[in-house]
Amino acid sequence: MMLLQSVQEAATQGSATGTAMDWLWLVPMLPLLGFVLNGAISLLSATTLGPADPSAAGHGHRDDGHTAHGHDHEHPEPHKLAWLTSIIGSGVLIASFGVAVAVFMAYRSSGAADTAPIVQTYFTWMLTGDLSINASLMIDQLSLVMVLVVTGVGALIHVFSVGYMREDPGYPRYFAYLNLFVFFMLVLVLGANYPVLFVGWEGVGLCSYLLIGFWFSDKANADAGKKAFIVNRIGDFGFLIAMFLLFANLGSLDFTVLRTAAAGLEPGGVLVTAICLFLFLGCTGKSAQIPLYVWLPDAMAGPTPVSALIHAATMVTAGVYLIARSSFLFSIAPFASLTVVVVGALTAIFAATIGLKQWDIKKVLAYSTISQLGYMFVGVGVGAYAAGVFHLVTHAFFKALLFLGSGSVIYAMHRAYHATHSHEDAQDMRNMGGLRTQMPWTFALMWVATLAIAGVPAFSGFFSKDEILTSVFVRARGSTLADATWFGVPGNVVLYACYALGLAAALLTAIYMTRMMLYTFHGPSRTGEKERPHLAEAPWVMTGPLVVLGVLSAIGGWLNLPAFVPVQPTTSLEHWLEPVVGKSALRVTHGAPQEISHSLEYALVGAAVLIAAIGIWIAFNRLKPETLVPKAQAKPEEGFQRVLEHKYFVDEAYDKVIVRPTFVTSRNLLWRGIDVGLIDGLMVNGSAWTARALGWLGSTLQSGQVGTYAWVLVLGVLAVLGAVTLR
Amino acid sequence: MLAESLFFSAVLFVIGVVGVLTRRNAIIIFMCVELMLNAVNLSFVAFAQVYGVAGQVFVFFVMTVAAAEAAVGLAIIIALFRHRHTVNLEQINLLKG
Amino acid sequence: MAAFLTSIHYMSWVLPALLLIPVIGALLILLVPRGNTAPGADEIAGGTAGVPRWIAFITLAVECLVSLGLWWSFNPDVATWQAVYDMPWIPNWGIRFTLGIDGIALMMILLTTVIMVLSVLGSWTGIRTRVRGYYALMLILTSGMLGVFMALDLFLFYVMWEVMLVPMYFIIGIWGGERRIYASVKFFIYTMVGSMLMLAAIVYLGLHASNVATNIPNFSYDAVLTSARVTPQAALWLFGAFFLAFAVKVPMFPFHTWLPDAHVEAPTAGSVVLAAIMLKLGTFGFLRLAVPLFPATAMRDDVRAIILGLAVVGIIYGALVSLVQPDFKKLVAYSSVSHLGFVMLGIFAVTVQSVQGALLVMINHGISTGALFLLIGMIYERRHTRMIDAYGGIARTVPLFAATLTLVSLSSIGVPGTNGFVGEFLVLLGAFRTHPYLAIISATAVILAAAYLLWAIQRILFNPLSKPENEHIPDLNKRELALLAPLIAGIIWLGVYPQPVLRRMETAATQFVKRVEAATGRAATRTPRGER
Repeated sequence: MMLLQSVQEAATQGSATGTAMDWLWLVPMLPLLGFVLNGAISLLSATTLGPADPSAAGHGHRDDGHTAHGHDHEHPEPHKLAWLTSIIGSGVLIASFGVAVAVFMAYRSSGAADTAPIVQTYFTWMLTGDLSINASLMIDQLSLVMVLVVTGVGALIHVFSVGYMREDPGYPRYFAYLNLFVFFMLVLVLGANYPVLFVGWEGVGLCSYLLIGFWFSDKANADAGKKAFIVNRIGDFGFLIAMFLLFANLGSLDFTVLRTAAAGLEPGGVLVTAICLFLFLGCTGKSAQIPLYVWLPDAMAGPTPVSALIHAATMVTAGVYLIARSSFLFSIAPFASLTVVVVGALTAIFAATIGLKQWDIKKVLAYSTISQLGYMFVGVGVGAYAAGVFHLVTHAFFKALLFLGSGSVIYAMHRAYHATHSHEDAQDMRNMGGLRTQMPWTFALMWVATLAIAGVPAFSGFFSKDEILTSVFVRARGSTLADATWFGVPGNVVLYACYALGLAAALLTAIYMTRMMLYTFHGPSRTGEKERPHLAEAPWVMTGPLVVLGVLSAIGGWLNLPAFVPVQPTTSLEHWLEPVVGKSALRVTHGAPQEISHSLEYALVGAAVLIAAIGIWIAFNRLKPETLVPKAQAKPEEGFQRVLEHKYFVDEAYDKVIVRPTFVTSRNLLWRGIDVGLIDGLMVNGSAWTARALGWLGSTLQSGQVGTYAWVLVLGVLAVLGAVTLR
Repeated sequence: MLAESLFFSAVLFVIGVVGVLTRRNAIIIFMCVELMLNAVNLSFVAFAQVYGVAGQVFVFFVMTVAAAEAAVGLAIIIALFRHRHTVNLEQINLLKG
Repeated sequence: MAAFLTSIHYMSWVLPALLLIPVIGALLILLVPRGNTAPGADEIAGGTAGVPRWIAFITLAVECLVSLGLWWSFNPDVATWQAVYDMPWIPNWGIRFTLGIDGIALMMILLTTVIMVLSVLGSWTGIRTRVRGYYALMLILTSGMLGVFMALDLFLFYVMWEVMLVPMYFIIGIWGGERRIYASVKFFIYTMVGSMLMLAAIVYLGLHASNVATNIPNFSYDAVLTSARVTPQAALWLFGAFFLAFAVKVPMFPFHTWLPDAHVEAPTAGSVVLAAIMLKLGTFGFLRLAVPLFPATAMRDDVRAIILGLAVVGIIYGALVSLVQPDFKKLVAYSSVSHLGFVMLGIFAVTVQSVQGALLVMINHGISTGALFLLIGMIYERRHTRMIDAYGGIARTVPLFAATLTLVSLSSIGVPGTNGFVGEFLVLLGAFRTHPYLAIISATAVILAAAYLLWAIQRILFNPLSKPENEHIPDLNKRELALLAPLIAGIIWLGVYPQPVLRRMETAATQFVKRVEAATGRAATRTPRGER
């Protein structure tokens, strides 16, 4: 308690507000506490300390106290302290969410909500020379939105995990990592300066690594985790360079200071464009855009709740948050913003095409995530920062629902296969079918999410996706982006093209999502006669969160209804975020909010709805689940379908062009060639050899023959005499 | 007179030196060393004719040293022979390295 | 605490005490009778290893505690030498026995004393033959290394520099691996060749800083710093001599090839000391001697370009070669080349942030690489192999070991939250202000570091548990946990709250930068826009 008080005092030294906002530090610290406790449970219960003299022990006996057996397929042993972990793990998240809500209420009711962010500084992190970086957290509208999403959706997913991971022997370790992840994610969204954000940024990458490779006894899982971390690191490199550029030119890394200092930057200049492009490189890594998206599909090797939390709702949205946070930079860098839009749009359609031909239910959702992230980047790229964040929020709802729902499905399939000792793939849609009878709740809720993601009106996804597409169209008609050029192409052409790509991607989204529902829940069951009776709905601890998310996916649109809708309130989120991103958004649209005629607006909306409807209709008509066969009997794909199924062979290309050559060059040229051969062999050992050779030469003079020595003596005497007399 | 004696002594000396440097048999080498010493004696006597009796005194010194050295040297050769069974200096190369 | 230390006049006797305590301990060990285990036999099983081990441990523990007082009694705000101890030594040659510290030396001394205690604990069961000799040598090594950090007289500096070579040579050569003779001879001669020239340079400097009236040379550091009469041409040669000596020690590319062999063949504690402390002596030499004595030469465009170029090459090259090493110890050795490249980059970029970052990387590298070598030593004691392919999936058998190895690897990679991040971040941030392109190239090493370390620990800890001999490895015991705990604490503390350390080194770093700027007559950094 004393510790709490002292931290409290330290925190509020500069800015004690006397409200719930002073307890902000609890929001990230509670999950951290969960990590420490669950980590302790995991380590202490799994280990027996070794003998005092390990080298004399020979082959030490391992007694049966060791529970580190890993996932034994035949007899999984649940962890002894799982009940404690459940309480701690989900408890801290729910408590953190509670505190976050309290902070939110306090912030809203304080006058500061309209003007200034509230920064709580806890201690000095780095202070040297003219560099000053503090460990500070910031409350403003944007960070609050993110905090609520992270803790709220996070709490639901933690509760789901209680059911999903209950039987796993690594249960405490799982919750420890999950709590640690939430801690880092909260540091990311609450950070008051770039370095603190970066701590969270890399931290979530680390937890992603630990969680993807959770079942590390399988090499493929460990590989996937490592790939995620390294690809993320490439993005982090970009983030670092952006930070260096910022500090070297603007002298600070604090958000509040930079917002005013950035006014001195030349709009569209090389410096601000470079900063934004490097920041975006970081975003492509963290948020899985082209070219650094390749880790996300592999990341599906982790447990499904991990995919829901990290790779759908939170971590991958960090890039979108970063751009929204840096809106004061991106709004004055039209080239960089156009790049963001183009990459986002291309990624949206690229991933959507791949999603059309994936058979693993989680892979479909993974590519769907990449595609939807593309939409978010399109949104923040065109300067509609609120729209991008809105889609981030709604996407968190329905994508988490989709992933958790697929988790329920996989859970049911796993149980069925366990019961019959079968080794079929529990995640392949070709082994599913007709599950709507056995899992009605999951079926209904996943349809809610599918309608949301497809953009069917009144569901949340419709409003957010439509907002983005409309923004692109509107900005194509007139904005700083439309005035700029992108590699020679006029900005408005680029924006119209991206709008078209966005529509196309929306069509494909509707198709592949409906395809997924058709193959999983509709049609005949392909699961096998023996397994079918074992298929059942998941327990309520798992279905409960699905219900909550389903409700949110359905009504989430209320967060930001478009202005032309005759219902109140409209554009709530946009108004809420205005103090943070409003000025930047206006800068893009030439200083005045865009006005378009109602008829044009209805036309655009109508087009989007039509696309969604066509997509669903195509899927229902052309994709017949009755024609599928179970995975074991399925024929391999051919032609372009094969290219799609193999993700355009991008991974293979990266391997061949980047990974293999690095290894070959390092091993043969650098290590064996230069280090061992040239430096060590030639110079070091070579000089040793030369020294010995010279010595050997010298030793030949020592013949041991006294006569020779006498000869040399005489010659020497003559030489000296000659030198003396002839001088 | 002096010049001829010195010339004669120089010739003898050089013969001795060449002998020391080129002969293999240790005893022959000793004889050549004796020859060198005696050549020097000759030049001392020649100088004594011109510059006074000190030169002849020197001859006594040299002869004494030559005798002592011959004795010791031959003793060493005998000891060597006992170990190596040869007086061929080319085969005695323990200092080789 | 500070008041207590002042009351016992701590600062006036602490430095010579730190030098003497290990020597006394070494003498005590040698006085202990050898016992009746046959030479070359396992003395731990024979029961005669206990006394030397405990004497060494207690001596170094006392040493560590004594040195900790420096943390509190050090005044971060003054720019002069502190804890100065000065005695005449060889008056006719102008040599005095002068000891003193600044912020940099303070941190290095603390690092040394802590690491030495942990190394002794780490060799507890690893060294089984000729135990007395080993621990005596470790103690003398401590004294030598501390002497280098404290010396304020150039001659004393050189003596101490050479003193640490001999124990290390014996430690590698007697208790090392298969190719230990080759490795130890290579290490000794390589380092000595570098230092030979340094001796000549020191003598030259001492002669040229001599008292004009009495013609007695003056080897005192302050005297040489302020009043050595050195022409620019001579300065170039002198700097080159110092550069060679320190570049071998750092180790800079291409003078680094002694390091992999020395590390691989040395016993565990030998590697730990080598990596954690002895490598820092090279960079310390640059910070204390090479650059401050010849700032104009060091900042000449060509000289600076070459050194920075070699540093960046070392960073990337070290990382790439680490990637393909089959031996885990060699992998860590090459990663040291990469990390120390960062230090050199930080030093020669000459901004306060980059120098502070370089100093932090020195400390961090000592902690995390020291911990890595200790962990490797622990698993080697169990399985007697360092080859990565001999392992696989052992996280299931030794979970504590796996957790610590993962954390330490993350620190070496530089994940924020661990100490490694702060140092590398400051170096790159500071270097970016003067050499942006070099900083960008060096920053790619963060990707490579993640690649080589994560791949290595994946092959060791994760993946299927395929080899039967890995199934029954005992986990860490209490002693091993006890010695890892301070290192892990350091990793997290320095990552989250490095400010106390930074504050104590700030004055020395700022002085370094100012001295260089004064000599070159220009500010080394562009001022950030809107500031000053």
